[in-house]
Parts: sequence; C-alpha cells; structure tokens
Amino acid sequence: MNINLTLLAQLISFAMFVWFCKSFIWPPITEAMEERQKLIADGLNAAEQAGEDLEKAHLEVAEQLTEAKTQAAQILEQANKRASQIVDEAKEQAVSEGQRLKEAAQADIDQEVNRAKEQLRAKVASLALAGAEKILEASIDENAHRSIVDKLAANL
Amino acid sequence: MAGETITTGEYISHHLTNLTYGKLPADYVRVDAEGHTHVLEQAQWTMAHSAQEASDMGFMAIHVDTMGWSIFLGILFCWSFARAAKGATVGVPGGFQNFVEIVIDFIDDNVKSIFHHKNPWVAPLGLTVFCWVFLQNLMDLVPVDWIPELAKLMGIHYMRVVPSTDVNATAGMAIGVFILILYYSIKQKGIGGFAAELAFQPLPKWALPFNLFLELVGLIAKPISLALRLFGNMYAGEMVFIIISLLPFYIQWVLSVPWAIFHILIITLQAFIFSILTIVYIAMAYDKH
Repeated sequence: MNINLTLLAQLISFAMFVWFCKSFIWPPITEAMEERQKLIADGLNAAEQAGEDLEKAHLEVAEQLTEAKTQAAQILEQANKRASQIVDEAKEQAVSEGQRLKEAAQADIDQEVNRAKEQLRAKVASLALAGAEKILEASIDENAHRSIVDKLAANL
Repeated sequence: MAGETITTGEYISHHLTNLTYGKLPADYVRVDAEGHTHVLEQAQWTMAHSAQEASDMGFMAIHVDTMGWSIFLGILFCWSFARAAKGATVGVPGGFQNFVEIVIDFIDDNVKSIFHHKNPWVAPLGLTVFCWVFLQNLMDLVPVDWIPELAKLMGIHYMRVVPSTDVNATAGMAIGVFILILYYSIKQKGIGGFAAELAFQPLPKWALPFNLFLELVGLIAKPISLALRLFGNMYAGEMVFIIISLLPFYIQWVLSVPWAIFHILIITLQAFIFSILTIVYIAMAYDKH
C-alpha cells in the first residue's frame, strides 16, 4: 500500500470526469426528462378536459332529447285538439246549412202557394166578371166595377 | 489458482502488487529474476520488478494499472452516457436512454432531498462519483486470475484490475471532495465565517483551542473516512476472492458464487455511500451550523 503520484493523477482525472459529466451528460438528459414530464402532464390535462367535455355533451344531449319529446307531445296534443275542433265546426256548419236550406225551401213553398192563391183569385175575379157579364148581358163598365170585383176576390 | 512453483503467500502478495512505474534513486541495488544484482549509477524512471522495488520508489511513482483501468472505466462511463445524452429524445426513451434516465433520476432525487441550494455542479458530481466508483468496484466481479494471467502472457507481471482497491484511487477522489468542501465553505461563509465555525463551537469562545482541535479532526475525518471506507471494503472483498481462488478449482464455486452475489450488493452500496456522502458533505459546507 504505497501512497504516491497515483493520488494526484486520480484527483486530476476525477476532476476531468466531473467536468465532462457536468458539461455534456447532465444538462441534455435532465432537459429531455423535464420536457417529457411537461409533455405527459399536458397530455393528462388534455385527457381530463376531454372527459369533462364528453360528460357535458352527454348531459346536453339528454336535455335536448327530453325537450324534443315534450315538444312532440305538445304538438300531438294540439293537433288532436285542432282536429276535434274542425270536426265540431264542420258539424255545426252542416247543421246550420241544413237549417238554412230548409228555410229557403219553406220560403219558396210559401211564395209558390201565395202566387197560386193570387192566380186563383185573379182567375176567380175574371170568371166572376165573365159570369156576371153573361148574367147581366148588359155591358158593365169594366173599369167602374172592377174594384168591386177585386174586393170580392180579395175576400175569397 | 496457485501454481506449483509459487507459494500461497507469494501468490497473494503478487495479486496485491500494483504495476508501478517510478523513479529509483541512485545507488539502488536491483535484483533480477535469476538473483543477479546490479547497482544503479544514477536515479532512473523504470517499471518496478518487485513489490520491494515498488515501495522503494516512494512518492515518485505511479500505479499504471490503477490509472489505466480507472481512466478506461471513466471514459466508458462518459462515452456511454454522453451517447445517451446526444440521442436523448423527449419522446419514448429507448433501452439505454431509459437506463441512463433511471440512474440520473435516482441521483437527482437524492441530491434534491439532501442539497437545498442552487449549484449546477453538485448533481453531476454525485452522478460521476456514483457511476465511476460503481464501475471500478464492478471490476471486482471479474474472476481474480483472468486479467492478470492475460497480462502475464503479454509480458506484464503485475496487474490489479480493481482501481478502488488502491488507496491512491479512493484517496484521490476523497481529496477532490475535500477541496470542494473547503472551497464551498469559504465561498458561502467567507474565510472569517468558516474559521469562526471551526473555532467557536461547540463550546463557547473560552474553549477555542479545544473547539479548534475538535472541529479540525471532524473536518479531516471527512475525506479520510470517505477514502478508507471504500478502500477497506473493496480491499477486503478482493482479498476474500483471492483466498477463495487458492482452493481447488472444482470447489471454488461453493464460496465464490455466494460471495460474488453478496458482493453485487456491496459494490453498489459502496458507490452509493460515496456519492451520497459527497453530496452531504457539500451540503454541510453550504449550511450554517
């Protein structure tokens, strides 16, 4: 076990290896490691964010679906209501139209009856006049007696 | 395995001798393999031919194997990690980048829990210490005879492949850490603040010499314990491997396999302890007591 120059030589080579390690080994590797650490952290954050977004989207979809369903139900109900309303209206219209037609027919009938009555009266008057002419043989002033006969006819 | 021609003691001491290149003084008597002697006329830089010569070289010597293997392993660490750093992508990391990131993340977590100041050097320092010490320790799992026998074939007589079993290697790193402790202590607290910390606690000012003695011992103990803990563990571990390899080859696995498996834990743990204590000591240099 001799102590000799090896001691100093070893000291010098030790210093050189430490210097080399500090200059060329440590910085690039630790930098790469730190950068990777950051990259992984960012990736994890992004994944978490995406998960949250997905959750939110799911909730939104469910909400929209229920809304759509209620809307559809509402529309259906309204349509049903409107249909029955239309049917009711049509019934009412039909009834009133029938009524109106009936009334018109009645009026026509009445008019026809009156006209027939008038005609009959006129006929009766002229018949009466003709009969009276025959009876009297004398000429009767038609104009003078016309009103009398008309009055008679009106009383028929 | 012990050869027939050498004794057990020779085998062990051979395995514990570094390949040393150093300066032999003038008038040194060298003994060659055949037992002939010759006297050096002047001081000479040369390879040591024996453990005795290696120790006689004194401080002016260098362990070629320790330096070679530790620098090779350090470059292996730098090269492979730098390659991963160059190809580092923010996207999905591939095989080796994944491994590098696990190691870096592990060190970074520890640094963040211990060291609460801003300093771009501390975490890379911890990583370098951990990886380099781990690779050095890992050489202990290579069977003790493989590389030395290969080296012998190539004409190299001594070869210790585990740099962290050489106290020079561990102490070299520990001294580096000690220099950083002093540097950051003075930088954070000023020379006065640092001196006050050494002199005026734990007891009040009247006990200044006692305080100074206590704190200085505590300060010096940091690098010494750092160096000797790693060295002691690895040296002992290697010694056990060497002793196991003295057994007959067909029975060695009974001990070497469990010890190697246990050793995987030890080498990792020692690398971890060295790097964590480095960070702790620098954090202590920053913190005010």
